[in-house]
Amino acid sequence: MITVKDKDLVVPGEVLADEEYNSGRGTFREENKICSSVVGLVALRNKKISVIPLQSKYIPKRGDVVIGEITDIRFSMWGLDINSPYSGLLPASEVFGKEKRELERAFVIGDVLFLRVIDVDEVKKVKLGLKGRGLGKFRGGILINITPTKVPRLIGKKGSMINMIKDQTKCEIVVGQNGVVWVKGQPEMERVTEKVIKMIEEQAHTSGLTDRVRDMLMELVNGNSDNQKEDEDNLNENKDIKTSID
Amino acid sequence: MIIIITLGKKEGSVKRADGRAFDELRPIKIEAGVLERADGSAYLEFGGNKVLVAVYGPREFHIRRFQKPDQAVVRCRYNMAPFSVDDRKRPGPDRRSVEISKITSEALAPAVFLEKYPRSTIDVFIEVLEAEGGTRCAGITAASVAMADAGIPMRDMVVACAAGKADDNVVLDLSEKEDKEGQADLPVAVMPRTGEITLIQMDGNLSSEEFEKALDLALEGCKKISEIQKDALKTRYGE
Repeated sequence: MITVKDKDLVVPGEVLADEEYNSGRGTFREENKICSSVVGLVALRNKKISVIPLQSKYIPKRGDVVIGEITDIRFSMWGLDINSPYSGLLPASEVFGKEKRELERAFVIGDVLFLRVIDVDEVKKVKLGLKGRGLGKFRGGILINITPTKVPRLIGKKGSMINMIKDQTKCEIVVGQNGVVWVKGQPEMERVTEKVIKMIEEQAHTSGLTDRVRDMLMELVNGNSDNQKEDEDNLNENKDIKTSID
Repeated sequence: MIIIITLGKKEGSVKRADGRAFDELRPIKIEAGVLERADGSAYLEFGGNKVLVAVYGPREFHIRRFQKPDQAVVRCRYNMAPFSVDDRKRPGPDRRSVEISKITSEALAPAVFLEKYPRSTIDVFIEVLEAEGGTRCAGITAASVAMADAGIPMRDMVVACAAGKADDNVVLDLSEKEDKEGQADLPVAVMPRTGEITLIQMDGNLSSEEFEKALDLALEGCKKISEIQKDALKTRYGE
């Protein structure tokens, strides 16, 4: 027996179904009932019932790619803030190999890196690595934080959403699985991208989002250039007035 | 002829100082997600009580000696604003607020899946803006809404409500006057789905029958408040 439908909003402790269903993410089994453990939307796949949380913290998982900021330099490793209850560790050997060099030469506090989670042990010690395509240090750009559960929505099916934003704003965008997004481009386009990403985060659980994002992008990207033109026109007019006064 | 005057002692016809029935709650309003910076938050109005709760976490626990290697720790701070009572309250923690902080964190912790976040902490800040009896229950009720809003996985939403004895009647949800002048106060926090009690305190005197009656009354009250908690979360994210 099931008491909810797909995409229903549920709260912690709400009974979802009886034991014939399988308990997925965001749910737990108690006395042959399956209950929700978070505020979120029900996702039904065959006989598996799970709840996609609307808000969550990033819990590091082996193999994830994340964006982190260096907050600490120790004797043989860097400490990174990865937008999670657990800080990440980047051992010096990941960067220098067997060579012994000063850590400050490579990265200093405040540097933003794109990394891979190599290992997470049982006490959640997070080991990070820099080996792999595209991994490394970011130069410039801005960082935007979103809820990690909304990352798949921001990327879209096969990257449809993120590619659309990239095309429209001409910005470079990198999304970490920990909910940190790095954006670099024209300063005004960076601001447009931030607005769009925040909108996606807010409305991630609604349908027809892609169309709304497209509309918003059209308005912001094209609207901006219109405004600029207007400003220029105004300037020209002012000049005209000035010249006429002269 | 004999006329018996009952003086309104018959159950059900008991009227209280504020005109409520013996099993009637004060009006409640809960709003989730009222603060921008906190991970989760809730605002609750419960009769004359106004309570604001902010929740942060699970986040890194910097005090190493208080960390637990296999689970998260729920820390709680209950604080009354200086202007929350008639005579100005001296700001800062006192014996009462330290006690309430402790019992609140112990009332909330059993509901949380602490083992999912080893070495971390969940911080709950309860600010009482206005007090009118039953603030600890209001604090717990609001705190569990705020924790759900923060996305912390929980077995159930903890809900709290008090019952007690005033003017020789067992009544639900004591107001400040009934609490001070009454004979007993019995705050109860419960996880409504399983009926597990996570907090029970009593001051004053109740006979065992009165205790049973008060407990039943408090649990009924909790169930009603629980529905309002759920509605608050659903309207926050709802259509």
